[in-house]
Amino acid sequence: MLGRLSFSALPLDVPIVVGTFIGVCIIGIAVLGLITYYGKWGYLWKEWFTSVDHKRLAVMYIVLALVALARGFADAIMMRTQLALAYAGNPGYLPPHHYDQIFSAHGTIMIFFLAMAFMTGLFNFIVPLQIGARDVAFPFLNNLSFWMTAAAFILVNVSLFIGEFSQCGWLAYPPLSETQFSPGVGVDYYIWAIQISGVGTLLTGVNFFVTIVKMRAPGMSWMKMPVFTWTAFCSSILIMVSFPVLTVAVALLGLDRYFGMHFFTNDGGGNQMMYLNLIWAWGHPEVYILVIPAFGVFSEVVPAFSGKPLFGYNTMVYATCSIMVLSFLVWAHHFFTMGAGPDVNAFFGIATMIISIPTGVKLFNWLFTMYKGRIRFHACMYWAVGFMVTFTIGGMTGVMMAIPGSDFVLHNSLFLIAHFHNVIIGGVYFGYICGMNFWAPKVLGFKLNEAWSKRAFWLWLVGFYFAFMPLYVLGFEGMTRRMNHYDNPAWYPWMLVAEVGAVLILLGIACQLIQLYVSIRDCNLPENRDVSGDPWNGRTLEWSTSSPPPVYNFAIVPHVHSIDAFMHDKENGIDTRQAGAQYQAIHMPKNTVAGVAAGLFALIFGFAAVWYIWWLAVVGLVGVIATVIARSANKDVDFYIPAEEVARIENEHTRKLMAQAAE
Amino acid sequence: MKNKLLARLARLGGLSSALLLAGCELDVLDPKGPVGEGVKSLITTSVIAMLIVVVPTIILSLVFAWHYRQSNTSAEYLPKWSHSNKIEVVIWGVPSLIILFLAVITYQTCHSLDPYKPLEAEANTKPLHVQVVALDWKWLFIYPEQGIATVNQLAMPVNTPVDFDITSDSVMNSFFIPRLGSMIYAMAGMQTQLHLMASEPGDFAGESANYSGRGFSDMRFHALAMGNDEFNAWVEKVRSSSEELDGQTYPKLAAPSEANPVEYFAHVEPGMFNTIVAKYNNGMIMDKSTGKMIQVQQSAMSDMNMKE
Amino acid sequence: MAHDTTVQTAGHDEHHHESPVVFGFWVYLMTDCIIFGSLFAVFAVLRNQFNGGPTGHELFEFGGLGLETALLLVSSITYGFGMIAAHKNQISQVILWLGVTFLLGLGFVGLEVREFAHMIAEGAGPDRSAFLSAFFTLVSTHGLHVTCGLIWILTLMVQLMGTTEIPERMMNKLTCLSLFWHFLDIVWICVFSYVYLASMI
Repeated sequence: MLGRLSFSALPLDVPIVVGTFIGVCIIGIAVLGLITYYGKWGYLWKEWFTSVDHKRLAVMYIVLALVALARGFADAIMMRTQLALAYAGNPGYLPPHHYDQIFSAHGTIMIFFLAMAFMTGLFNFIVPLQIGARDVAFPFLNNLSFWMTAAAFILVNVSLFIGEFSQCGWLAYPPLSETQFSPGVGVDYYIWAIQISGVGTLLTGVNFFVTIVKMRAPGMSWMKMPVFTWTAFCSSILIMVSFPVLTVAVALLGLDRYFGMHFFTNDGGGNQMMYLNLIWAWGHPEVYILVIPAFGVFSEVVPAFSGKPLFGYNTMVYATCSIMVLSFLVWAHHFFTMGAGPDVNAFFGIATMIISIPTGVKLFNWLFTMYKGRIRFHACMYWAVGFMVTFTIGGMTGVMMAIPGSDFVLHNSLFLIAHFHNVIIGGVYFGYICGMNFWAPKVLGFKLNEAWSKRAFWLWLVGFYFAFMPLYVLGFEGMTRRMNHYDNPAWYPWMLVAEVGAVLILLGIACQLIQLYVSIRDCNLPENRDVSGDPWNGRTLEWSTSSPPPVYNFAIVPHVHSIDAFMHDKENGIDTRQAGAQYQAIHMPKNTVAGVAAGLFALIFGFAAVWYIWWLAVVGLVGVIATVIARSANKDVDFYIPAEEVARIENEHTRKLMAQAAE
Repeated sequence: MKNKLLARLARLGGLSSALLLAGCELDVLDPKGPVGEGVKSLITTSVIAMLIVVVPTIILSLVFAWHYRQSNTSAEYLPKWSHSNKIEVVIWGVPSLIILFLAVITYQTCHSLDPYKPLEAEANTKPLHVQVVALDWKWLFIYPEQGIATVNQLAMPVNTPVDFDITSDSVMNSFFIPRLGSMIYAMAGMQTQLHLMASEPGDFAGESANYSGRGFSDMRFHALAMGNDEFNAWVEKVRSSSEELDGQTYPKLAAPSEANPVEYFAHVEPGMFNTIVAKYNNGMIMDKSTGKMIQVQQSAMSDMNMKE
Repeated sequence: MAHDTTVQTAGHDEHHHESPVVFGFWVYLMTDCIIFGSLFAVFAVLRNQFNGGPTGHELFEFGGLGLETALLLVSSITYGFGMIAAHKNQISQVILWLGVTFLLGLGFVGLEVREFAHMIAEGAGPDRSAFLSAFFTLVSTHGLHVTCGLIWILTLMVQLMGTTEIPERMMNKLTCLSLFWHFLDIVWICVFSYVYLASMI
């Protein structure tokens, strides 16, 4: 009846987990209690959970990402603390069984649920607004994608309290992840979390690809498209091409585990090297899926605050596209040490280095955007300049590892860990946070507190250098990743320094939370409210509508005449909004419960499959299919906003603009 | 109060001097063998080449950001300027040239540092042949020419090339001695090769550089480089052990164990390494010289099959 | 195409909401194509890993296979007739042709299940060797897609019953399913030639 699930699956013997569980329960009950107390359930359900509005989904994605950040960072600081203690015979406080779960969960959560969710949130924030569209191409799928991602994230966290998570690293290399060596439920949690969130991500990729191809405002030809949209476009293509490969790789691993097949097993003719090829054929494009939109953010932020157009728009577009193509030709650089011939290694090494050319060009483009500009040092610019300095170092160490000869001593060492955190924190994370600060007034209607953002920036920046520069050194000292304890006296002091860095980053995250709190507290102060809809003297279409935008985004779809369409209109005295024009009724999609329901059934299915509770798995699967069929049969999926209502909303905004202009 | 501060400073001083000391011990950049030397010079060259771009980029980021700040009204402001062919040529050209240079040395070093390439040694030095098996969680070293085997201790004469054949009888591991240079994966049913040489005596740390499960952190060994006479004495010492490695004793050794102590085996059954590789390939093994699959002779080890 | 988004009249608006569906589904199918491509690549890597077990030459029989192929190819044609009827708004004809397509597809899945059951009974199940793992996975992924297609056909048949006219949304669904069904045909031809024929020759 309950499959493999029994009372002994609860890790009651691990005090850390029990403590965490109690903490999560207290916070959870407090949050649920507050929602109930203020009677906000109906509001949340109607306005958020069932919403198909891309702006609402964007906020939900980013909230999900921030929760994932908390979980993933808790894992990180626990690892650092373990390694600051577990030296010279001291076993530390995390035995391997627990520690191995933590580093596996850390990687999985940070990539799939922090970075991917944050990125999708930014896409949702901005892409439709930037191309002058009223929503994405498939609003329901957008909602479904979110709930799939959320279900997968819940599944990962369930593993914390029921059973265990994978102990095979974030990519679960076989044969270690095969039943022979990992008979527990950990890898199964991993498999189903990846597969369920993969559905969400793939649909997101298709959705934004179609949105950008089909729904750009009239006049917006490809080479007039804002750079962030370009990067979202390239990223979507990468998702569509690479995520199916991930699905296959993880599915085959699942077939090995569930049906005793022999894809990657030691025996039976399985081929473990094939898994590495498949997983990295996804994994390498994946890092570009994440970082290309971050490049897009900087390409919007730097011009806006430098008071100049982006230097070399065409170059930027070509560079982005060439990175997209090249990212498929480099996957084998993740396993030069597998014993492929020197020519194969040389090919993949050189292909990898070539990527650094367009990437370097992008950096120079931002540099020359600042050049002869008039830079306002808003918090966003701090993140941007911090990125430029940090990312350059990460790029250099990346090329070092791309040279097979060097990689033969640096592979899998802490040097590698330092490198990819250097590009993921210094590139992806700084970029996304920068983007959040930049676009928050658009989506929320008020600016985020700047002082706390700057404090967070300094702590993150300094914390990053303290936490990861020692790891470069440790890599040179021959320290391998994923060690639980060690007794080399040369490593110990560096581990202490890295721990200091982790604490600084913790303070940085605290500042970000305070920033959010202070911003929401002060959201009604006049200096924080964004009445104009254009707080930074922005250049692209999203700034032409009100903040927050009406549900339909644009009452009249704007006409695009050049790159930086909104700036063009401002300079030529064109009213992009066409205020006071004859408004038409606007056709909009209706909210739906189908996304929530499908996500819930997917969660049930995933949990049941992990524990071999087959009847429940059938319930979950049938539930997902039935939800989709019911949705397809539902004819009541859209409605019209009457022209009078549109006119009322638009005139109200115009009135506010006039009032502000008069002040 | 003051004393406390002083004590704190002293501790800080202690930490930083420890860091400095530690800084002198960059194993990978202080190699004790020709392979490591080759890698070191490759790393140095490539880093210097890249610094040509990296340093100016970082400096320019900071300088531009500072100089063109809003409050510096004396700085030139060109609100429309967004294109320059000259700059474009430079920003595409310079990185391309550097990458071209790196590509050339990458191609060369891929061949010169190929772990499968035998090392050159002085005349009359016969390479030492060692077969390495990664087990849960320890390293088995078989010396086929000496007929001995050890666990977690590897000895080699200095200035003698060592030819490693590497496999795994468990999950994927990576065989790595940071002071000597390159690493290579150990995978079940497959043989990888590595050629290393120590150019001075010493006790070098060896490890697995690919996570392999619960006992991974203690999957370490000592690589002892020594003079020829000492090496012969070491071989005799191993031979004087009372343990032997054959089809009967191997399964006990192969069973998972953590922080396994050093073990010596006075005698090892011939062909053991091939049997370990072949048991994942239906008794077949790749012949190194021809690349063809051949059947391994059935031996007493045939009961050591994989069905568990 | 960007012009479609100009919302001058409500009529135009309708158009712009519906048009991306078929394009979007086609894009989705391309990602599905990558799934099949990966599975073909996996099969190529493992096709000679028999692990001492049976080879494709020993296992595959031409008879049932020819029938399967015929059923699936004919079902594509009958679906085509259904689409012609849909364009003429002849709903009962559409339901009829969908029904025929459904039966042909069901026959295909039935034959495939029979073949699999036969192989498993002979001890040549997917856990026997890497070759058989790859074979079963590739072929049954296709079979699973056909099964999804069958559920989809059934759903549309039910949704069409009792209606008198085919609205644009329904037309889009029929078109998407048509893309899906023909796509599965193409995949089957690849499976047939690359998995079966190449193993038998």
